[in-house]
Amino acid sequence: MSPALRTVRLITLGATLAVVAIIGLAVGFLVSWRVGVVLLAVAVLGFAWGAVLIGRQVASWGFDIGSDALTIRHGVTFRELVVVPYARIQYVDVQAGPLIRKFGLAGVQLHTASAATDAAIPGLPAAEAAGLRDQLARLGETRSVGL
Amino acid sequence: MSEHVGREAGEIAALPAGVTVDLQGDTSMRRLHPLTPVLRSWVVLAAGIGFLSTQLTNIVQGEVFGFDDGGGGGGLSIPVWAVLFGGALIAALAYGYLYWRFTKYGIQGEVLRIDTGVLFRQSRQVALDRLQAVDIVRPLVARLAGVAELRLEVAGGGSSEAPLAYLSLPHAHQLRAELLARAAGLDAATPEAPERPLVRVPTGQLLLASLLSGSTITLLVFGVAVAITITVTGQAEFVVPFIPALFGTAIATVRRFVVNYAFTVAESPDGLRIRKGLLDTRSQTVPPGRVQAARVTHPFLWRPAGLVRVDLNVAGYASANDNENEKTSVLLPVGPADVAYDLLHRVLPGLDLAGSAPEPAPRRARGLRPVGWRRLRAGAQATFFVAEEGWLGRHVVVMPHAKPQSMRLTQGPAQRRLQLATVHLDSTSGPVAVAAVHRDQYAARVMLDAEIELERAARVAAAPDRWALPAE
Repeated sequence: MSPALRTVRLITLGATLAVVAIIGLAVGFLVSWRVGVVLLAVAVLGFAWGAVLIGRQVASWGFDIGSDALTIRHGVTFRELVVVPYARIQYVDVQAGPLIRKFGLAGVQLHTASAATDAAIPGLPAAEAAGLRDQLARLGETRSVGL
Repeated sequence: MSEHVGREAGEIAALPAGVTVDLQGDTSMRRLHPLTPVLRSWVVLAAGIGFLSTQLTNIVQGEVFGFDDGGGGGGLSIPVWAVLFGGALIAALAYGYLYWRFTKYGIQGEVLRIDTGVLFRQSRQVALDRLQAVDIVRPLVARLAGVAELRLEVAGGGSSEAPLAYLSLPHAHQLRAELLARAAGLDAATPEAPERPLVRVPTGQLLLASLLSGSTITLLVFGVAVAITITVTGQAEFVVPFIPALFGTAIATVRRFVVNYAFTVAESPDGLRIRKGLLDTRSQTVPPGRVQAARVTHPFLWRPAGLVRVDLNVAGYASANDNENEKTSVLLPVGPADVAYDLLHRVLPGLDLAGSAPEPAPRRARGLRPVGWRRLRAGAQATFFVAEEGWLGRHVVVMPHAKPQSMRLTQGPAQRRLQLATVHLDSTSGPVAVAAVHRDQYAARVMLDAEIELERAARVAAAPDRWALPAE
């Protein structure tokens, strides 16, 4: 995974906790500093803990383009290893939100006939993501079988 | 196909006067049954009649008995209502007519083409080799009118369903036979395959099973609690808020009975035939090799009677809705265990549940399943993956190695502390989920790797989609 994904996730987390911090300050000035400080502490500690977790989470992502199947591994607290045979791929999506696009990243999502298939690679450099999509679509096409 | 169209276009000049040819389509395109507009607007008709009758009662009450009509119908008289209702009915009929006029279908080579849409035209092509199931559905009104709806379930997206409503019953049967024959790779003129009945669920057994469900027990317990409270306190008003919930529970029980009434399963060369229904009837055909996964449930309350239930995953029947699953994904709503397992072995040839028993989960799974950890079993057989779980009520789940769409190994925080992991085999959506829960984490990894190999081998060796043709 691209290290930029870590930055993107940190920004998202930071933005969310900044709201908490602002509310904390507002409460502190307007109501009571006792509650305000608690909120500020939550924001700061949450960011520190989240930063550690995000680092580990992003580092945990990995995928392997095998001869017959794509294998994706991810997760720290909840670990998952997904194996999707190319023949089962119905279609492949490349997605990118505004923030992630700023960093030149994109996510690849695989779809099979099963809704339970949880196969996504969240942060690849955009060109690599498009290349991976084309490669997977090609691999899926040549091996395609019925259900 | 294009060759055929070209020849036809060349012949138009020679056609005698008075014969019109639809230049856009093909002469092989047909219309739905002419009663379709009427049947489609019957909902409006029923609503209108219902509403009108309440209005009528109010007004009659008002005039005859001098009651004050406090209802919403206040100032409007019968003629006004009749005009409003008549307008709605005419609009519905007009729309129904246009829908009928603009809907055409026909088999063109390997696809079924369905053209619909009054303003926004839509032409849908259904690839017949991807056909997962064909159902003939007959709502009560359709039964009264002697017509039927044909539903095709195709592999792929959620709303891939292609309904043809309505067709005359004989034509629906003939079209189904033709679609199945073409899907199998046989000649279109192949007659409907003969069938051999396998199971018929007796009404008494179905009734017993419906009554012995969890919801009925809830109802019973609640009833007893209410009776006791009323005798003790002498007040009955507090029951009122619970009535809707109770009503819902009762309806669910009744629905299960009505949907599965006269349930029969038969076997034929073009697939499994399931028929059921008291008011609305449904006749399903699932071609060979289309069953993705199956589950035998031994409900606790049915244990004394030795009864079980069998559910299936068939691609296209997929639904997150239990009511919908009750209509489509049931192989046997209730039956003796031996009958059910016999049926399961027929539906999934090569299955041998009596053979090697699946392996139990390790003893430390007790930490996560204090009750019933002994019943967690899973393992691969020659052509099937088998998993069991459940303490009071037991489930046995089977899936052919050729069917998982993907395979997963998952481990939550509690599992990691106990060095356990779960292997999931992802099926197309349906009521059955296949998983080997709480295995030793290293054994689970070995199981996953073995399953990857088994899946690949089974997929490569799988029967072709056109099941009647020899493999290429």
